[in-house]
Amino acid sequence: MSQHTLHINGQNRTVDVSDDTPLLWVLRDHLGLVGTKYGCGKGLCGACTVHLNGAAVRSCQLPVGAAASGKITTIEGLARNEKLTPLQEAWIEHDVPQCGYCQAGQIMTATALLASNSKPSDSDIDAAMSGNLCRCATYTRIRQAIHTAAKA
Amino acid sequence: MNLSPTDTRHPAAIARRDFVKASAIAGGGLLLSALFPSTKAAAATKGSSIFAPNFYIKIASDGLVTIISKNPEIGQGIKTSLPMIIAEELEVPWQNVTVEQAGLVLGLKGWQGAGGSGATPGHYMDFRKVGAVGRTLLEQAAAQKWGVPVAQCQADQGYVKHSASQKKLAYKDLVDIAAQLEVPDPDSVTLKDPKTFKLLGRRITGVDNRAIVTGQPLFGIDQQREGLLHACFVRCPVFGGKPRSANLDTIKRMSGIVDAFIVEGTDDAFGLRPGVAIVARDTWTTFKAQQSLQVLWQDDNASQHNSLLYQEQASQLAREPGQELRSDGDVEGALASAEQVLEATYEYPFLSHTNLEPQNTTALYQDGVMQIWSPTQNAINGHGLVKELFQLEDDKVKIDITRIGGGFGRRLMSDFICEAAAIAHKLEGTPVKVTWTREQDMQHDYYRAAGWHHFKGAVDAQGKISAWSDHFVTFGLDSTEKTGRGAGISSDEFPIRFVENARLSQTILSTNVPMGWWRAPGSCAIAFATQGFIDELAHQAQRDPLQFRLELLGPDRQVAPAGKRGPDYDSGRMKNVLQLAAEKASWGKKLPKGRGQGIAFHFSHRGYVAVVAEVTVAPNGSLSVDKLVAGVDVGPIVNLSGAENQVQGSLIDALSAAWQQEVTIEGGRVRQTNFDDNPMLRIAQSPQIEVHFDQSDNPPTGLGEPAFPPAAPAIANAIYAATGKRIRSMPFSKTDLTWT
Ligand code: FES
Ligand code: FES
Repeated sequence: MSQHTLHINGQNRTVDVSDDTPLLWVLRDHLGLVGTKYGCGKGLCGACTVHLNGAAVRSCQLPVGAAASGKITTIEGLARNEKLTPLQEAWIEHDVPQCGYCQAGQIMTATALLASNSKPSDSDIDAAMSGNLCRCATYTRIRQAIHTAAKA
Repeated sequence: MNLSPTDTRHPAAIARRDFVKASAIAGGGLLLSALFPSTKAAAATKGSSIFAPNFYIKIASDGLVTIISKNPEIGQGIKTSLPMIIAEELEVPWQNVTVEQAGLVLGLKGWQGAGGSGATPGHYMDFRKVGAVGRTLLEQAAAQKWGVPVAQCQADQGYVKHSASQKKLAYKDLVDIAAQLEVPDPDSVTLKDPKTFKLLGRRITGVDNRAIVTGQPLFGIDQQREGLLHACFVRCPVFGGKPRSANLDTIKRMSGIVDAFIVEGTDDAFGLRPGVAIVARDTWTTFKAQQSLQVLWQDDNASQHNSLLYQEQASQLAREPGQELRSDGDVEGALASAEQVLEATYEYPFLSHTNLEPQNTTALYQDGVMQIWSPTQNAINGHGLVKELFQLEDDKVKIDITRIGGGFGRRLMSDFICEAAAIAHKLEGTPVKVTWTREQDMQHDYYRAAGWHHFKGAVDAQGKISAWSDHFVTFGLDSTEKTGRGAGISSDEFPIRFVENARLSQTILSTNVPMGWWRAPGSCAIAFATQGFIDELAHQAQRDPLQFRLELLGPDRQVAPAGKRGPDYDSGRMKNVLQLAAEKASWGKKLPKGRGQGIAFHFSHRGYVAVVAEVTVAPNGSLSVDKLVAGVDVGPIVNLSGAENQVQGSLIDALSAAWQQEVTIEGGRVRQTNFDDNPMLRIAQSPQIEVHFDQSDNPPTGLGEPAFPPAAPAIANAIYAATGKRIRSMPFSKTDLTWT
């Protein structure tokens, strides 16, 4: 058990957890940020995706100690003052979610994609999004929404 | 919103017309409460004196409307589509509507669950009526205020208008008068002409979408309470095993652990299973503790169960006669006189549901009340089990239904609710959340049953099926008499009733593997077998697979089920969707070797769906499913966006299951553990999808399931067209598809 200070969504938050605790469970169980989801715990599904210094990472694979030095953004931190990002807007417009459970991870990965590639092709999308599973299989609309957001 | 019973009059006093009630809201506004579905509710009140409305509409004094959604949302879009039906008839602008999820309401016979694609057909007319009752009351209120006949008053998007005088009043200025009026009989109010619908049939985005894309706590696993502890519940990896002892003292000494104990459980495969509970300050600590947990399990002889053994038994039994479920005409005679008899065995494996949100439930036992927050498709089932386990009265078990991260049938079972309740009972006064690991989720499911179909069939000189015989080998849970849940077959299964000489027989193997309903139970696998063998017969007859199917369906007519057990089969509706899919997919276009089209159809859950698949198979055998085109008739569409989403998802889900997924049993336990050894389709493998609706003039029916079954056989049939290789077993990835 030890203290860790994390920089999350523009705020410093301090937690007292064992050093090997993955960032995912720090967010969910200790900071009340439950938008980031658990799906597999092995880096296979992408449900737990957050940004570390702008890059999409799997928070289930990131021990809290390794996250302490960076800037973390979670799904809760994307919108500013209630204003959604164009990608979040596109997600609503295309009615992407079914159950919705994977969608935070999808949006975090797609946000990182658009930050590095503002006009991705279908195959760019496929390559970037292949680490994110959707059990409800909303892939058709994920592609459409990313294209729409890229045009915004 | 509080959903406590509000009326305890004598049952005889509650007439049919009283199933919708109006009352004033303190501080202004109109509350409509209702018991739905009304027919079942009517029956329910016979034995009960409680008027327990499961359904509310609230029109507040600011004109904003709140509609209760009583059925669980599992991703099928019900929380959006059912309120749309009310809003349409109530004539309120959709942007003024807020939807709230109801918890479990007792005292009802109508099922407050998610399954069987039943919610749309079960509520469509009732919900229109309740919306129309509200609209009528508001029109009557305006008529009274203006002193004009009600017939001259017209509700229109949150206002009532009087065209002659050009007057109009907002609902918010009418609700207090409306609350005092006598409620009209729901059966007598005028419903809107569907041609004038403003909302139904449009694309409406899901009501929770904003909360989803901003990561708000919606799901069962997101539940947070003051002082919440976290728990895991470890069961014997071998089905049915019980813990005899465990290194509990070691576990309890680990940092962050609060408690660890053995839960005796019950023998009910669908209730509280025996296991070891570990309680900690966070989920991660419970996961870690599992690595150090050592349990001495007692698993009797269950560990002999094995998929390879099942395979051997089934292959042999399939060729022998089984128990006859149905026999029409003279199958043996027709086979004997056929020029050539085709014989083939189709098979498919056990499947896990693999909801992306693993099983979880939060519970608090305090002051004799068990409060539960759960992602359940079937809250009343969990209620009954928990009540019984702890000898609690009906009203001492309360269940809040959260949004659900995928249902697919898994959460019709309540084992995980029982676990949370058992731990909460022990920790009286402290809320606790049980969260399963992915590995536990995959290894302790209620699986889609594996099955085998041994077919014999023949075509006559006219190219028609002259004989059809299907010997179905399936599983029973520790039984050779009774099929497991979702493991049965209907004796009407297509093409029975459409072929003169047809026979269906069955053999049940006993297994210790718990089985459960899996999206489109039965159909999800059986369609692969039947539509595959029909394709083989079409090729045998040297007929176009589409034409062959159209002729098999025969003239347009309603074909009744045996013993009036289900809906009629409308062959005309099926032919229409077949032709629709074929036309949109340019069926029959010339394709080079290695590319091919396949077609299939299936009727389930009252829905008619046909799919054309287009695939490319490289000479090295690598498969790419390029496009799936669906023709769908489920009557008029409620929410076009939601409906299309269900079909898109069903088709890709079906491909995912057919191509890559299986659960195998070794030593009485499941071998697969996570998405690495039981993969799920990823975006790069997902085909282009086209969905075409034939919105026939029939009552609207559900769409969570019926688009799933025809996709896999369409793909397998396309692979045959591309390569000449017939796939008769799932997952497809096990068949060598190389060609030269
Ligand atoms: S939970 Fe982290 S990748 Fe699945
Ligand atoms: S929307 Fe259900 S898992 Fe993606």
